[in-house]
Amino acid sequence: MWDYVKMVVFAAIALLAALAANYARDIAYQVHALIVMLVAAGMFIWTVRRADEPRPAAETGYMDGVVRAGVIATAFWGVVGFLAGVWIAFQLAFPGLNFEWAQGYMNFGKLRPLHTSAVIFAFGGNALLASSFYIVQRTSAVRLWGGNAAWFVFWGYNLFILLAATGYLLGATQSKEYAEPEWYVDLWLTVVWVVYLAVFLGTIIKRKEPHIYVANWFFLSFIVTVAMLHVVNNLALPVSIFGSRSVSAFAGVQDAMTQWWYGHNAVGFFLTAGFLAMMYYFVPKQAERPVYSYKLSIIHFWALIFLYIWAGPHHLHYTARPDWASTLGMVFSVILWMPSWGGMINGLMTLSGAWDKLRTDPIIRMMVVSIGFYGMSTFEGPMMSIRAVNSLSHYTDWTIGHVHSGALGWNGMITFAALYFLVPRLWNRERLYSLGLVSWHFWLATIGIVLYASSMWVTGIMEGLMWREVDANGFLVNSFADTVAAKFPMYVVRALGGVLYLGGALIMCYNLWMTVRAAPEKAPVRMAPAE
Amino acid sequence: METYSLLRQFADSWALLVLFVIFLGVIVWVFRPGSRAIHRDSANIPFRHDDRPADDRNPTETRK
Repeated sequence: MWDYVKMVVFAAIALLAALAANYARDIAYQVHALIVMLVAAGMFIWTVRRADEPRPAAETGYMDGVVRAGVIATAFWGVVGFLAGVWIAFQLAFPGLNFEWAQGYMNFGKLRPLHTSAVIFAFGGNALLASSFYIVQRTSAVRLWGGNAAWFVFWGYNLFILLAATGYLLGATQSKEYAEPEWYVDLWLTVVWVVYLAVFLGTIIKRKEPHIYVANWFFLSFIVTVAMLHVVNNLALPVSIFGSRSVSAFAGVQDAMTQWWYGHNAVGFFLTAGFLAMMYYFVPKQAERPVYSYKLSIIHFWALIFLYIWAGPHHLHYTARPDWASTLGMVFSVILWMPSWGGMINGLMTLSGAWDKLRTDPIIRMMVVSIGFYGMSTFEGPMMSIRAVNSLSHYTDWTIGHVHSGALGWNGMITFAALYFLVPRLWNRERLYSLGLVSWHFWLATIGIVLYASSMWVTGIMEGLMWREVDANGFLVNSFADTVAAKFPMYVVRALGGVLYLGGALIMCYNLWMTVRAAPEKAPVRMAPAE
Repeated sequence: METYSLLRQFADSWALLVLFVIFLGVIVWVFRPGSRAIHRDSANIPFRHDDRPADDRNPTETRK
């Protein structure tokens, strides 16, 4: 019976999508309607072929299939996102790479949101999905709640990414940084996200461990907060039901404040809280010792929750919003330094007594560098939010350098470490294919980040100083084009740093692939006799 | 009083106080006497159920 309901629903969606494609007012909407039509038709055929077949008995044990899929998607989107980043870095250094034949599709303005969304939402998002599903099962000691709902979350989320990415190239964007997807893509993500929350919460509710492990607190705050941010910031009225264009519910300074309340907390809860959850599970597991201080982890969590949500206004210093909002954002950003470093100390000190592992285990090394970059960028961020510093750093490449030391250093490295941790376990392998290749990845990525961050510091501070330089009569000394010309060598260094980072990720993909293909299978676990 | 000013005043007085007290309460609660054993137990959660969920058939794997 349920199969027939599904068939009707999929058929209806495919039909409506075909109609929408026919009436589409712009190319992005039309392509999206066709994608939806194809997906729904595919699901329809799949359901028909499986209808009334006997179903295998419900599986027990942990649900790891979806985690495996998430790991593969993470590695794939990572390479795509890094490649896009390297490409646009070269486009900035050599504008000729904005090819004439690809004008309007492959130029910097179109590819830049593709890069940011690919690394944050596709690479980071799939890493969060996979690791949250893995961790919540192990720390709750139960199978994921909701059966195939977890698969819906995985495929639904990746469909969202596909729609977002194709939309950018075809010009569908609401021009809000990190919230570019248009209204129907936003609605779809909302549906997926609510199911994600239900799966995660359902698993926690039926847990067998009396206490909710701290990693799950961080994951839960990430899911709940992102839902809230996403819904509020994307409040908009579509111009037409058959078009991708929409008009924001906010205007002027309210729009800007809402956008950066969203934008900064996307950093705070997507890229920080979610990845801290990974830290609180994978670092103790890899170091084989419990977290340094569980008390500190609880205080870390609540301090972060209470403070982060207020820090957004530091993105809008010296603009048309009230002074008190500026001060509020600055003060909270500076206070935020403390819980961030509390968390960093907690992560690093988990290794106390096991520091020798740094020499032997390149995965631990990745984790330590990751936490180090977390500490560094959470020191740099509060400093840059101080108005006097911001007047120099704002609109310069310093900001881009700051973002990347956080994203490449903290998010990237902890994700790589998590992938190296997960793959042998998920595919039942005794060990990774090659620890030597992990070391290669580690050094390529680290040197890449150092090149990236240092070149962006130099060029950022340089252009900030050039912009504000005045002569004895009070006239500006440099034109904008002068600063662009002066930045060229640093842009090349930055792009080369990106090449190293991408090369490391490719080595990782090869290593993980060979782990699944060629590493020896894990010997069956010997059951301990009942005592 | 207009809504904006009213909410502003509420936000930087009572709301601020309540949030601050809740936060202090969390810290006091974390350091409450007798919490050490519970926290040590919680910190070991990741090391218990690596391969399969806890259920009645595997009594050796449940919490010690």
